[in-house]
Formats: sequence, C-alpha cells, structure tokens
Amino acid sequence: MVRSSLAVLVIDENRIRASIIEAGLREAGHERVTVIHDVTGIARRIAEIEPDVIVIDLENPNRDMLENMFQLSRAVKRPIAMFVDRSDQASIEAAVDAGVSAYVVDGLRQERVKPILDMAVSRFNAFSRMARELEEARSELESRKVIDRAKGILMKSRGLTEEAAYTLLRKTAMNQNRKIGDIAQSLVTAAGLLGPAEDE
Amino acid sequence: MSMGAEHQITAGFMPLFDSAVLVAAGELGFAAREGIDLTLHRETSWANIRDRIAIGHFHLAHMLGPMPLACNLGLTPLASETIVPFSLGLGGNCVTISNAVWAGMTAHGAAPDLDPARAGAALGALIRERAAAGHDPLRFAVVHPHSGHNYELRYWLAACGIDPTLEIEIVIVPPPFMADALATGRIDGYCVGEPWNSAAVAAGTGHIVTVKAQIWRNSPEKVIGVRKAWAEQSPEALAALLRALHHSARWCQDPANHGELANVMAQPGFLGLPPAVQMPILTGHLRLGGGAELDIDDFFLPFDKAANFPWKSHALWFYTQMVRWGHVAHTPENLAIARDCYRPDLYRSALKPLGVALPGANSKVEGALRVATAVGATGAGLVLGPDGFFDGQIFDPDEIDAYIAAQKSARAEA
Repeated sequence: MVRSSLAVLVIDENRIRASIIEAGLREAGHERVTVIHDVTGIARRIAEIEPDVIVIDLENPNRDMLENMFQLSRAVKRPIAMFVDRSDQASIEAAVDAGVSAYVVDGLRQERVKPILDMAVSRFNAFSRMARELEEARSELESRKVIDRAKGILMKSRGLTEEAAYTLLRKTAMNQNRKIGDIAQSLVTAAGLLGPAEDE
Repeated sequence: MSMGAEHQITAGFMPLFDSAVLVAAGELGFAAREGIDLTLHRETSWANIRDRIAIGHFHLAHMLGPMPLACNLGLTPLASETIVPFSLGLGGNCVTISNAVWAGMTAHGAAPDLDPARAGAALGALIRERAAAGHDPLRFAVVHPHSGHNYELRYWLAACGIDPTLEIEIVIVPPPFMADALATGRIDGYCVGEPWNSAAVAAGTGHIVTVKAQIWRNSPEKVIGVRKAWAEQSPEALAALLRALHHSARWCQDPANHGELANVMAQPGFLGLPPAVQMPILTGHLRLGGGAELDIDDFFLPFDKAANFPWKSHALWFYTQMVRWGHVAHTPENLAIARDCYRPDLYRSALKPLGVALPGANSKVEGALRVATAVGATGAGLVLGPDGFFDGQIFDPDEIDAYIAAQKSARAEA
C-alpha cells in the first residue's frame, strides 16, 4: 500500500491519543512510526529519526519552539516546513479544527503526505468524540446520583412516593425550562443549607 | 453575552498579562457597551494564533508586535495579511539570568541596578572569560523568533559588544516554562514578560539584570493583529472594538482598578495565576533577586504615553531588526510591506468621535525624547516619552537605509 515507507514522528503529550494515531498509521502500512510525549532533547531525537513527516497536536505549547528549530538548518539535517496544501483550504481547516498540525521535509510530494494528515485528523476527531462521550457518561452518572438524593429528600419531607417525587422534579424542570439534574442539584444544596439532618 | 449585539467578534489571546486590555474589554463590559459580543479564546502557542487567524477562526488576536510583519513578509507558514490598528501597551519585559551567571557577572562589576550598559559590560566580560576557558556558550531563551523579546535582547547584547549569533545561543521556550528551564540549567538566561521573571526570583533561581523599559524606554510590545480581509469587510465593527479597547486600556491604567484587574486575570480561563504575582507588572516594583528591590519608571504602560497608538516607527524599527538578524532581506518591496502593516489611520478615525488626545503624526523619531514631553495633538493634551535607547542611538524612520547600514558595519568591525 505504501511505496517506500515514510518515517513519521508523532509528538503528543496525550499518550492515549498518540497510541491511537500510531495504531492507525501502522494499519495503513507505515512501519517507521515514532511517538514522543516529551519534547526535552527533541533536536537530538529528530537528528536520529530523520522523520519525513512530523505530526503534532495543537495543544502543545512547544509548537513555537519546534517551528523555530525546523527553520534553523543547523538544528536539523533537512529543512522541515509546515504542511500547507494551498490548493486545499478545507484540509487545513479540518486539521486545525481537529487540533493537529503536520510538518514535512522539503521536497516531499503533497500526495504522499496528505493521507497521513487525513489519518491523523480522523483519529484526532475520533479521540475527541470518545473523550466527549466519556465526559457525558460521567456527568450523566453524576446527575443520576443527584436526582436520587433529591427524590429521597422530597419523599421524606413531603411524604411522596418515589414516582411522585420524580414527577414533581420533572414538572418543575419543565416549568423553569431547566435540566432535571440542575433542579435536583438546587434542591440538594438548599436542603443542605436548611438542615443538614434532613439529608442524612 | 448579549444576543442582540450589533457586532460578533471572535478574538484569540495567549495567557500573558499583556492580554489584559483585550480581556478586560470583554469581561468588564467595554465591548458590550459598544454593541459588541466579544468571544475570547485562550490559545497555547503563537503558531496556533497565526493559524486560526489565517483560516478565519479569529477576526483578531493578541499578538507579538513583530508577528503581523512576519506574516505579511511571508516569513511564516499559513501567513495571511494582518494589520495592526491598536497597540496593547509599552514595556513589561525583563532579562533574567541564573544564579551562576549572576555570580560570574558580579565578579566583573555587575550591580543590582538594572543598568543595561553596566550589566552588558559585565556579561560581555564573563562571556569572554568563559570562551577563553573553553566553556560552551551561554544559552538564552526568548518566546518567539519574531518577538520584541528576541529583538530587544539582541539589541542590548550587540550594543554592549556581544554578538548574539556567535557568542551566545538563543533558543525558543514558551513563557510558562522559562523559570523551570532556568532552574534545571537547560538555559542560562531569558527575556520574557512578567510574571515569568519575578517567578524565578521568587523561587530563588534567578536574578533580573535589566528590563525592556531601560533598554528602550516606552517601547512597543504586544499589539492587536487583525485579519485584513475582515477589517475591510467590517470597518464599523473594528472601529467599535477600538473604542472598547481604548476605554478598557484607560481603566487598566488606573491604579484604583489594579486589584480588580488582577482578580479578573487570575481566573483560570485567562492568566490563571494568583493576583499577588501580577503586582510587579502593575506597580513597577520589582524584586531583582538576592534581596534587591527597585521601582522602575514606566515599567509597563497599558494606556499612558499614547501606549495604544500603533506608531509606524515601531513597526519599522522591528523591520530593521529583522533585517539586522537575517530574518528578511532589505528591499523596497519588503520595506513597503512593513510600512503598511501598522495602521494609525484606523486608530485615529475610530477614536476621533471620542474627542481624546490623538498624535498628529504616524511616526516619530525613536530615541529623540529624553524626558516626558507634551506634544501637539488633536483633542486634549498628550504626553509622550521619554523614548530613549540606553546606548543613546536614534532611530529616524526617514533614514532607514542609514540605520540598517550603520548596524551592519558596526557588526563587521566587531
């Protein structure tokens, strides 16, 4: 699938995301993939690896340092430039949106690099989606716990059944155009303020 | 955030104190009062800011003064035409060195007085002593190649007879990592904005040896860089924003507001550092290390002394230093690009309705004012300067060729 294999260097402080990208590149037939999490001593590593393509996440505050290093010929053996396909504004936007950027050695043809950048973009997006879903699941769980506590408070203080307590929370949320979890949280907070004994 | 705002503006900033005027414009309602819904995005590198301006994510951003020039001169990938209609302040940087270098400098006559000439002479003597002993060159860090930090550090060293390209090494380190890199010995010194100098002093790992405000009094630092295409499409939105920034800057300068400003900047979404560490930049009272303390005149000005006026002479001085250090070739085309980048005309037309003091000229002879001077301006009185370079040199923007040639021959003779 890949003619002569390109050396790819992935710089990402996020180990999970880096390994997802590495796996993707290997699946696509790239044998020479190196992952670096910490940029300390990176000039020496780049001299050793002689990467054709460098993929870096945009959260990395060392991008300015790396770009400067790439421009100094004595720091790296081969000049490295940002991968900018002028004919394809959409792919640049997609990369920045996904939070990734790529640098390539001078003279490498665009069509050999583009699939690597596309792969990184799609893996970055997949990782973000996964992280978002995880966060949603976590906050869902949190909010379910709070709703249970709010129901308990209502059942105890107003003598309601569990179902009636839940209905009351839901109705209040609908009337106030707020989330049921928010209403439950307000109730738990208020109950805590009014009488800690109520909650236990 | 008002839904019915007349203008929607998205701006990027780096978590540095000199983004304060932009941050306060959003947080304290100055933008809203001008009918602007201002959305601020915190970024992690200047490269990200450049990229997001280029692809249109940001209309404008907090930028290093020379950065828009570098974009327009094609020195960066993903460059897009960027103009500067507003400056975010004057001064604010320091040069900090390790305890070991300070010990070496004091042996050669350095004193904790921040005097650039005295500190430079001591550093030069130390550098020659180290070279004679066969030690590696000292390594200094700046935040970006196209930054006021890089150019003022080089200017200071060169004026003290030190060649910054041959006798020391200059590397790039992000501001929040500077103090740590110094403490662990990866670098020997750095030039950066506050609070990253005071941070090393507080940790007992560094000494402040001189400050931007003494290398070049009242000199330019950060600016508002605006995507030119957007500025041309939305002149009213831009003018409204410049008025909001003007009111914000005036508020930031007032000592009565410093406590509140420090609290705003302390929020995790902005600078995210305790108010106490922001006090040196606000008061100009610095601890230098080893128990020494000094009050510095005009250490950082977000508003006074026409701090927000985008002087073309500031942009042109940056251009001469880009030429001096081989970042760009001096050609009539490049000079024209540098001349067109800063836009005092846009500043003036936006602020004219406010009846405030506006400089009448677009450029000034930098280094000509030895003392604070009231100058001819429209509206109320305006005080400028002093704007002197520590070595007494003058930069006349009408004599650029001579300035560039003089610096070139000084280097050849050294």
